[in-house]
Amino acid sequence: MIATTPDAVVPAVRLRRPRLTGKLGTGLVLAGIVALFGLVGPWLVDDPARVSEAGLTGPGRDHLLGTTQTGQDVLAQLAYATRGSLTVGVIVGVLTLLLSAFSGVAGAYAGGWVDELFSLVTNIMLVIPGLPLVIVISSYVADRSLWLVALVLSLTGWAGSARVLRGSTLSLRNRDYVLAARVAGEKRWRVLTVEILPNLVPLLAAQVVFAVIFAILGEAGLSYLGLGATGSFTWGTMLYFAQNGLALRLGAWWWFVPPGLLLALFGAALSLINFSIDEIINPRLRS
Amino acid sequence: MRQLLRKLGFYLVAGWAAITVNFVVPRLMPGDPVDILLARLGQRGPVTPEARASVEALLGTGSGRSLLSQYGDYLHSLATGDLGVSVAYFPGSVGSVIGQSLPWTIGLIGLATVLSFVLGIGLGTLAGWWRGSWLDHLIPATTMFQSVPYFWLALILLFVFGSVWPVFPLNGGYDVYTVTPGWTPDFVASVLRYGTLPALTIIISSVGGWLLGMRNMMVAVLADDYMLTAEAKGLRTGRMMRTYAARNAILPSVSGFAISLGFVVAGSIVTEAVFSYPGIGSVLLDSVNSNDYALMQGIFLVITLAVLGANLLVDLLHSVIDPRTRA
Repeated sequence: MIATTPDAVVPAVRLRRPRLTGKLGTGLVLAGIVALFGLVGPWLVDDPARVSEAGLTGPGRDHLLGTTQTGQDVLAQLAYATRGSLTVGVIVGVLTLLLSAFSGVAGAYAGGWVDELFSLVTNIMLVIPGLPLVIVISSYVADRSLWLVALVLSLTGWAGSARVLRGSTLSLRNRDYVLAARVAGEKRWRVLTVEILPNLVPLLAAQVVFAVIFAILGEAGLSYLGLGATGSFTWGTMLYFAQNGLALRLGAWWWFVPPGLLLALFGAALSLINFSIDEIINPRLRS
Repeated sequence: MRQLLRKLGFYLVAGWAAITVNFVVPRLMPGDPVDILLARLGQRGPVTPEARASVEALLGTGSGRSLLSQYGDYLHSLATGDLGVSVAYFPGSVGSVIGQSLPWTIGLIGLATVLSFVLGIGLGTLAGWWRGSWLDHLIPATTMFQSVPYFWLALILLFVFGSVWPVFPLNGGYDVYTVTPGWTPDFVASVLRYGTLPALTIIISSVGGWLLGMRNMMVAVLADDYMLTAEAKGLRTGRMMRTYAARNAILPSVSGFAISLGFVVAGSIVTEAVFSYPGIGSVLLDSVNSNDYALMQGIFLVITLAVLGANLLVDLLHSVIDPRTRA
């Protein structure tokens, strides 16, 4: 290392390209495979709703993952369900990012009573449990679209991210380089978007990954209770039909194991990605 | 003291917000819940004017009264403990139905959450202390369990320990045929046997979060200067780990309790549904399936207020164990 490197040019938080560790690699590959399956799978399989004579047969040559009680192909259902669940995850991820970034970053940067108000609303949303509220709202609406479910999930799920973002923005706001930018006469929006936001990128990414996991889990729980979007195919609805078709009592493991396993796999992959992001933000965690 | 008042004030506002959400939601939603509910009540028996009045106070009325006076009626109903009549459990009142199912849920979730917290914090302390050991390498596996949906884990446990090896019963809260509820050894044993799988589900799914949080805080705390000082003073390892490192590393876990409690409650509702556990989650689903709006709103209110209360307790506990927040 050259000793003459002046300290002043080193930025507060340097954005490095994430090193491809084992965790990150495994996470990306697993998430990629599941995403690819949801993206391409539906074009390669039969109609998931088509009924056939071969009801409740185990995995075999005709049906790679067996059939449901009414003879629908489990693999075909799984492909469409993956697409459905991932769609909900992506929509909620984007909506949560917008909501939490707006209230967390903008509120903390504005300061004063705006911040107080935003943080009060955030904290209230945080202590009101989400799923009961989602269940109550869904039960009033008879015809639920995927968008409605996603909207309700993001409305009840943005608060945690907003609080984390607020904390970081508050600490960044008082860093010397931000004060310097202000003194130099930069406009407020420029300070926010050019000076502060880039340093929040790893944190934002971690929050989005979290939001996607919880959206997919939340949607699965809701659909499992029969309160998901009407006429949709997701991992949750598959489990709902498996439960109602007595798959458990009849020992039809090929019906209820794959959707949950895929969900767990995808969730674990996203967690691994989050681990790696955490290690980028907080180098102490690297072992 | 000011801090304490601020906290109490926040929980008052949050409680008010929860009560108001409970007031607004049925009035904001499409359809006419009051008519549906009254029609269903009519099928079960004659609807007294008092029952009609209490349902209208809780869910809204078509009589064109101002929202403000409706709000007054609603608050009056709540203050007198009148949550309306249940359809699904006719002719029981919403209050009595909740009163019967709440102890089951509090027992199950409370015990499972405490066990999971203690287990997670304990293992997290060890994993952080011996960073890079075999225990530390197990952490990714436990967080994988975290992304397993509660109800799916419940289904798998049920399949394995209920159907394949019938060790535990398939559903219910106790053996309804052979034991009668009461503080008898038989009943308690039966409740424990029936509660094992649901509790196991909650513990397995939630322990990873505590474990990871504690481990990461331990790692952060171990790098602090006072740990070096403690080592230089020649303190014993056990004392350094427990009263120096873990004592400080546990604080964020306690203050993060609020966020996780919401998830635990959500997961428990679905878990109860899988096991047909006689708790409040199963009742909530019954009420949803039979359009029993009064019961549904009542349960939402009770769950929310219970979570608020638990958070308040943990918050107060936090200011006891962290003197810095007691300013």
